[in-house]
Amino acid sequence: MALLKDNKREKVTIIFAGDSGDGIQLTGFEFSNTTALFGNDLSTFPDFPAEIRAPQGTVSGVSGFKINFGSTEIFTPGGLADVLVAMNAAALKKNLSQLKKNSLIIANEAGFDARNLKLAGHIDAADPLKEQEAHHQVIKLDVTRLTREALKDSELSMKERDRSRNMFVLGFIYWLFHRELSHTEKFIAEKFKKNPEVANANITVLKAGYSYGITTESAYERINIEPASLPKGVYRNIVGNEGLSLGLVAAAQKSGLELFYGSYPITPATDILHHLARHKNFGVKTFQAEDEIAAATSVIGASFGGDLGITASSGPGIALKAEAIGLALMLELPMVIINVQRGGPSTGLPTKTEQADLFQAMYGRNGEAPLPVLAVSSPADSFSTAYEACKIAIEHMTPVMILSDGYIANGAEPWRFPKKADLEPIKTNFAKPIEEAYMPYKRDANGVRQWAIPGVAGLEHRLGGLEKEDITGNVSYEADNHEIMVKQRAAKVDNIANFIPLLKSDIEEGDLLILGWGSTYGSIKVAIDRLRSEGVLVGQAHLRHLNPFPKNLGEVLSKFKHVLIPEMNNGQLVQLIRAKYLVDAKGLNKIKGMPFLADEIVAGAMAVIKE
Amino acid sequence: MTTYTAKDFSTDQDVRWCPGCGDYSILKQVQTVMPELGIPKEDIVFISGIGCSSRFPYYMNTYGMHSIHGRATAVATGLKSSRPELSVWIITGDGDSLSIGGNHLIHLLRRNLDVNIMLFNNEIYGLTKGQYSPTSQMGKLTKSSPMGVIDHPFNPLTLALGADATFIARTMDRDPKHLREILLRTHNHKGSSFLEIYQNCNVFNDGAFTIFTDKKSKALETVFLEHGKPIVFGEGNTKGLALDCLTPKVVDVEEYGIDNLWVHDETDLTKANLLARMFDGPLNGVQFPRPFGVFYAVNRPCYEDLMTAQIKNAKELKGEGDLDAILGGKNTWEVK
Ligand SMILES: Cc1ncc(C[n+]2csc(CCOP(=O)(O)OP(=O)(O)O)c2C)c(N)n1
Ligand code: SF4
Ligand SMILES: [Mg+2]
Repeated sequence: MALLKDNKREKVTIIFAGDSGDGIQLTGFEFSNTTALFGNDLSTFPDFPAEIRAPQGTVSGVSGFKINFGSTEIFTPGGLADVLVAMNAAALKKNLSQLKKNSLIIANEAGFDARNLKLAGHIDAADPLKEQEAHHQVIKLDVTRLTREALKDSELSMKERDRSRNMFVLGFIYWLFHRELSHTEKFIAEKFKKNPEVANANITVLKAGYSYGITTESAYERINIEPASLPKGVYRNIVGNEGLSLGLVAAAQKSGLELFYGSYPITPATDILHHLARHKNFGVKTFQAEDEIAAATSVIGASFGGDLGITASSGPGIALKAEAIGLALMLELPMVIINVQRGGPSTGLPTKTEQADLFQAMYGRNGEAPLPVLAVSSPADSFSTAYEACKIAIEHMTPVMILSDGYIANGAEPWRFPKKADLEPIKTNFAKPIEEAYMPYKRDANGVRQWAIPGVAGLEHRLGGLEKEDITGNVSYEADNHEIMVKQRAAKVDNIANFIPLLKSDIEEGDLLILGWGSTYGSIKVAIDRLRSEGVLVGQAHLRHLNPFPKNLGEVLSKFKHVLIPEMNNGQLVQLIRAKYLVDAKGLNKIKGMPFLADEIVAGAMAVIKE
Repeated sequence: MTTYTAKDFSTDQDVRWCPGCGDYSILKQVQTVMPELGIPKEDIVFISGIGCSSRFPYYMNTYGMHSIHGRATAVATGLKSSRPELSVWIITGDGDSLSIGGNHLIHLLRRNLDVNIMLFNNEIYGLTKGQYSPTSQMGKLTKSSPMGVIDHPFNPLTLALGADATFIARTMDRDPKHLREILLRTHNHKGSSFLEIYQNCNVFNDGAFTIFTDKKSKALETVFLEHGKPIVFGEGNTKGLALDCLTPKVVDVEEYGIDNLWVHDETDLTKANLLARMFDGPLNGVQFPRPFGVFYAVNRPCYEDLMTAQIKNAKELKGEGDLDAILGGKNTWEVK
C-alpha cells in the first residue's frame, strides 16, 4: 500500500462521497473537528449536489466533502486526493478523476450492488471496484452488514439502524488515522440528547467501526500525521459565512450599535441570514425581505435610524440592490453590502464559485458612485474583513462592499479567534444638538459628515437621492455644486487609503510578483512554494482592499520584473491594475466554477517568466 | 412638551409644485394636524419615494427622507423595525406605490408595521409629465395612451384589503375638514394605516375627481362613512345604503326607514369589502356613490413589536449575548 507506507507524509487529502442521504457532510465535518482538535492544520470544502432531491444513487445526487490536513500549514482544501471514501458506485464514478495515482479507496460494499451500479450508469457486469484494484488500494467494508450486527440488540427499526452507517465508516477512518473518538461521542450525545436510543446506536456503531480496524489490523496499515506547528493561540474551526456573520455581530457590539440585517435568500449567501437569526440575544434584528430591493432599502431605513445596517446577497441580488446602494452613497449613511459571489452572469452557476463581480462592485451603479470594496481571502479571513468593512462604513459614513465567494462561504479552516477586548475600537460619529442650525453635509477633515438620527431635537433634516448642496444638504441642481459634490464623494473614499494597512509582498523584490485578491490566496501560496523550490524568485502579495488600493501598491508592483494576476474570471483586477499603474501585468484566468489548482498557477507563472 | 403651531412644521424650502396642484392643500392640512398629535417634532419622520407628491418631506420640518422610486415602504419598514418609537409617515403616489412599489406595499400591509401611508392618487404620473398610471381609468387619453388606456385599473382600497391591511380609508384634497379628521384617525390607528387621498393634478389630469369634489355633484356622488351610524348621503341626507342580505342597494331614507339602513361597522371585513367595491361604475346594475372615510379598522400585532418581543425573549432565554462565547464557539483547542 503505497500511500500508507509513506512515513514522511506531511499531509493527506480525503474526499468523503456518497448519496445525499448518507450523512456525508456530517461525517466530514466531524472528522474535521476531531482532526483540528488533534492539532493538524486543515482546510475543507463541501461539494453539494446541485439539486436538492436528486435521485438516490445517481451521480447528480452525490454529496462530497473534501478535507486537506497535515502537520504543516495548509492553505487549500487540496488538489487531487489521496483517499476516497465512496459510499456507493455513483460516488466512485464522480470522484475517480479527483484521485492521485495509487490512492486509497474505502468502499461501502452494499453501495456497489447491481442496483447501485445501474443507477450510477456503470455498464452491465462491470465491477468498478475490481477495475480500480489495478490502480489503487481498495478497502471494501461491508458497512450495512457490520452496522446491523453492531446494533443487533437495538430497539430501533431497521431503517433507523441503517442510518448510523456513516458512523461505522467514520470510526474506521478514525482508527486509520490514529484519531480519538471522544469528540464525536460528545457531539452525538449532544445532537441526539432528546433521543438517547439513537445516540447510543450511533456511538455503538462508531466504536464498532474503530474496533473493526483493530481486529483487521494486519490487513491495513495506519497513517500517522503529526500535529502541525501553528502559531500559538486558541483556535476553532470556522466556515466562511459564519466568520462573516461573527464579524458583523462583533462590529455591532464594539461600536455600540444594533445590527439590522435585511436579506433575501440566495445561494451561497443565505447562511449568513441563518447564522444571524440565531443571535437575537445580541439585539440582532434579521429581516427576511420580499426581495433584494426591499432588503437593501430597509437597511437604509435602519441605518437612517442609527442601526448598523447590513445586507448580503450574490450577484443577481446585488444587481437588484444597485439603485439602493447608490442612494446610501448619496445619503452618506453607513451600510455594508456583502456579495458572496457565484458563477454568472444571470442565474449562472449558483453552486459554483467565481470572482467575476469585481467590476460590478466597482462600477455597477449609475453616476459617479465610488465605494470602498474589500475582499475576503479565506474562511479564517472572513471575520476580520467583515469587521473592518463595518468599521470603515461607520467611521467614514459610506456604503462598503465585501466580496466573498462560494469557495470561502462553505469552506472551513482553523481560526485563531480574537477576544472582544482586543478588537480595534469603532467610533460612531453621531451629531449632537447644537446652537446653530444643523448642516447635514458639513464634513470633517476626512470629508466625513455627521450622522444625525431621528429622536434628537434640533437636528431635524431631510435627506434624499437628489443632488445635495454642499454643506446645507438642500436640493441643488447647480452645475458647479454638482461637480464639487461628485469630487467630494470620491475624495472621501480615496482618503480611506490613509486608514488601511500598506500592502506587503512576502519578498521585497524579484522576478515575478503574483498579485491576487479573494479566495485565490491559498492556491497562490502553495504555487509560490513550488516555484521557489524550483528556484524562481517569486513574491506574493494579496489585496484585501480593492478600493481604494493600499497607498504603496504602485511601489510594490515596481519592485518586480513581471506581475501575474490569477483570477477566477475573465480578467478584472488585471484591468484595474493596468489602468491605474500602467504596468504590463498579465492575467491568468480560470472560469470553470472551480478554484485554481496550485499547479495551474505554477504553469502560468513559468510561462510569464519564460517570455 | 412644547406646543407647536402649523408653522413649526414648515421648512424654508420653496414649494415646487405647479400652482393649483392638490398637493398644496394636503401639505397644509398635514401641517395643521401635526400639532394635534402631541408628538415631539424630532420623533416624526416622513419618508417618500419619487414623484411630485414625494417631494413632500422637503417641506416638513421633521426628519425626512426622499428615497427612491417605489421603495419608501421598504425604507420605512427598516426604520420602524429599528426605531419602533418613531411616528413614521410614508408619502407615495399612485405610480410609486402601486406600480414600481406594489410589491413592498402589499408586504408592508401584511406585516402590519405601525406606519401611516398617504397615497396621493391623481390617476396619472405627474413628475414624468403625464403618462397613465395603474389607477388611470380605462380609455383615458394620456401622452402614453393616445388611443386610450387598455390596462384595467387598480382599486387601491381593495388591493390593500386583499393584502390584509388593518386600516383603510379614503379622503380628498378638496375637503380640508374631512382630510384633517381622517389624518388624525390614520395616525391614531396602531398598525399600517392605508389612506388613499384623491389629489387633483391640474396640469396632466385636471378634473379627474370633479364629480366627487364639485358642489353640484358631491352630495349624490359621495357618501361619508361614520362608524356606528346609518350610511346616508344626498342633498339633506335623503338617500341611504341598505343591505339585502349581502347585496347593497341605494334607498330613499324616508321610504325605507332610517332604522333599516346599513349601519357602518369599521370592524366588519365583509362590509368593508362591499364598500371598497363601490368603485368603478355600477355594481350589480346599481350606480353607487363613492365612499369616503374609514372603511375598515381592526387590530393585529405589529411586525416591529413582534420583532422586539423575540429579541427580548431571546435575551431572557439565552442571556444577553456574550461575544467572546460565540467567537470561541463550542470546540476550541490551544496550540502552545
Ligand atoms: C427607477 C425609476 N424609474 C422611473 C423613474 C421616473 N419616475 C419618476 S416619478 C415617476 C412616476 C410618478 O408617478 P406617481 O407615483 O403617481 O407620482 P406623482 O408624480 O403623480 O405624484 C416615474 C415613472 C424614477 N425616478 N426611477
Ligand atoms: S404635475 Fe400635477 S401632480 Fe405634479 S405638481 Fe404639477 S399639478 Fe401637481
Ligand atoms: Mg400620480
